[in-house]
Amino acid sequence: MVNLEIDRVSVRFALKGATVEAVNDVSLRIRPGECVALVGESGCGKTVLASALLGFLPGNAETSGSARLGEIDLLAATDHELATTVRGRRIGLIPQSPASHLTPVRTARSQLEEAARILGGDARQAAERAGLLPEHLDRYPHELSGGMAQRVANALALVGNPPLLIADEPTTGLDRDLVDGLLDEFRRLVDDGHAVLLITHDLAAAHRVADRIAVMYAGRIVEAGPAHEVLDASKHPYSRGLANALPERDFLPIPGQPPLLTDLPAGCAFAPRCDQATAICEDRPVLTDDPHAVACHRPC
Amino acid sequence: MLTGLGITAGYQAPVITDVSLTVHPGQTVGLAGPSGSGKSTLARVLALLHKPFAGTVEIDGETVTGFRFRAAQRTRIGVLFQQPRLSVDPRFTLRQAIAEPGGDRVGELADLVMLTDDLLGRRPHEVSDGQLQRACLARALALNPRYLICDEMTTMLDASTTAALVGVIRAYQRESGAGVLAISHDTTLLTRWADETVRLSAPLPR
Repeated sequence: MVNLEIDRVSVRFALKGATVEAVNDVSLRIRPGECVALVGESGCGKTVLASALLGFLPGNAETSGSARLGEIDLLAATDHELATTVRGRRIGLIPQSPASHLTPVRTARSQLEEAARILGGDARQAAERAGLLPEHLDRYPHELSGGMAQRVANALALVGNPPLLIADEPTTGLDRDLVDGLLDEFRRLVDDGHAVLLITHDLAAAHRVADRIAVMYAGRIVEAGPAHEVLDASKHPYSRGLANALPERDFLPIPGQPPLLTDLPAGCAFAPRCDQATAICEDRPVLTDDPHAVACHRPC
Repeated sequence: MLTGLGITAGYQAPVITDVSLTVHPGQTVGLAGPSGSGKSTLARVLALLHKPFAGTVEIDGETVTGFRFRAAQRTRIGVLFQQPRLSVDPRFTLRQAIAEPGGDRVGELADLVMLTDDLLGRRPHEVSDGQLQRACLARALALNPRYLICDEMTTMLDASTTAALVGVIRAYQRESGAGVLAISHDTTLLTRWADETVRLSAPLPR
């Protein structure tokens, strides 16, 4: 079991006449037996970071920094290395909207058995662990409900027994009972020694299952720390605003909108929306180096 | 008043049987229930997008006579869907999407949902889900609907964007007296958003 060490990773996309700075200088460590949630609004760069770790970025992307999983640097590895040693073997991906990720013309069983054969796992055991009955496996993806498709995706991600799981918005579109079941399953995996990176905009889900939460804003991590501290005693005004926007809290939006990733301000990217901002925020704040880290000149 | 009376609807087999629901002007009714209980089917019937097997829909006392492409009264009902990306023509800019129902209020509507000029010039793949859902809300309000049906509108959105869009809808209701049907599996959200919540029970196992 090894740590995933994401060190100063940046991802840029070259467009005609513009550069999209999707991920900026992100450092994050995920240990075995730990669930880290990466939260932030859609379009803040969460999924791009996950794609970078698995080598799923499009051709116009440029990366810098490193992401080490044991002896391998995921950002420097060739596609062949990733395909034969990483994907499904060391990192399992639970994709967003699993039903659309399955091959529509084959049954769940045939897809799971293929993955088991190639990755050297046990299809029946993986299906059982994911809570699938044999009759579910004989269905085609369009015959599976959202919850069942989710379980098939879990079984596929886990059949090769990878130590690290990346789940990209796994709770979207599931009702509360299914979300709770899925989060319990993640918790069991973590307690078994797996590492889980949960990418989500669902703060309630992150709060429930994660040991640590990292809050991302405009491609940067602005706060990271123990889950309850980040949401209940936020240091960054953005995290505080996000937590207070929950319907069980103030239900009030953060004023304004996130900056365009093609035109990021030189200083703190949140300053234009922040009621605490002063002249000092024209300098970019650095993420502090402590267990509850924050990148803000005037933390709450 | 938007009323569904004794609605039985589905796709080959009925998903909902003999369901009645009323949304009064100015009121927000929440509709909850587990996956597969027929929330979206009922929403599609009330939005005149799906013809029920039995039952009637009335809008402000008028009985609806045609559904889908025969629905003459559909402009009185605005609809928002769960996945904004599937409900906007990918070739349109956000400005064109908002202008699609007709009318010349794009600037005003864009201000309402806080979309900047730069974002209005972009196409769906160049904006986030939250920004695209803002455009969909502006489009849904373009014809001043008497009723707004929001089918899992906030599923793809973060907490702040959810709160912002609900705020826009409430402001529109105050000004226009429109009724809202808010569908969600998030009961915490409905408790905060809706005046009352109706619950559909779990489907019978098939």
